[in-house]
Amino acid sequence: MLSCREETELMSQRFERPLSFGERFGLRVHLLFCKGCRATLRHFMFLQTATRAWRERHDQDSTPR
Amino acid sequence: MTPHELSNAVSALRPRLLSFARLQLRDASSAEDAVQEALLAATLHVGQFQGASAAATWVFAILKNKIIDEFRRRSRQPQADADIGQEQEFAEALEEQFDERGHWAVRPAAWADPQASLEQKRFWEVFEVCISGLPEKPARVFGMRELLGMETEEICKELGLSTSNCWVLLHRARLGLRDCLSRRWFGEN
Repeated sequence: MLSCREETELMSQRFERPLSFGERFGLRVHLLFCKGCRATLRHFMFLQTATRAWRERHDQDSTPR
Repeated sequence: MTPHELSNAVSALRPRLLSFARLQLRDASSAEDAVQEALLAATLHVGQFQGASAAATWVFAILKNKIIDEFRRRSRQPQADADIGQEQEFAEALEEQFDERGHWAVRPAAWADPQASLEQKRFWEVFEVCISGLPEKPARVFGMRELLGMETEEICKELGLSTSNCWVLLHRARLGLRDCLSRRWFGEN
């Protein structure tokens, strides 16, 4: 089983590439038992939501108001 | 829309363009230059836009290219000693989140209703403070990935980094931002 540190690497890479079946499976099992990593995954997902919202506030719907 | 109205509409984008460029370029004068060049290019092409919205999309696309040009230029320059030091300290601080077996030294806590933060002006100030607090390299890769919305492969190519190096920088940027937001925003709520 991977350590929390290594799992956070996969959780980050999840946004960059599709994880392999083994990686996904291992991560899922790890998350079942690890509250800290579950929180981290949600934090990473929120970072993506927030950066997207930041981008939209600036450049999308860029019609001058 | 007359060309005159259109060019006024484009000029009205200036504050948003500046704030967009400033967070990524991290220095007011290069942000100013990039925005100036993008606006100038738009003025020269003002006749070809169908309306203000098309013009705005175009100006943002130009600005993004200017930002990427600047990143490319910076990535070819030797890194300043201070930057290297800051990056090392940052990486070490992140390692301290884990114990020697790689398990959480201090278990990260869930954030209460993060979605609601997006509506709060003060959140965005903290968000920008946290991004500006990252060392140059992780901030640049993370900014290209999430603020400019580029593909990872493209980023590595532009900056001359290996894919695994890009991943390491993105991982550090995410851990660092999470830590900063936890302390500076979600901790105090």
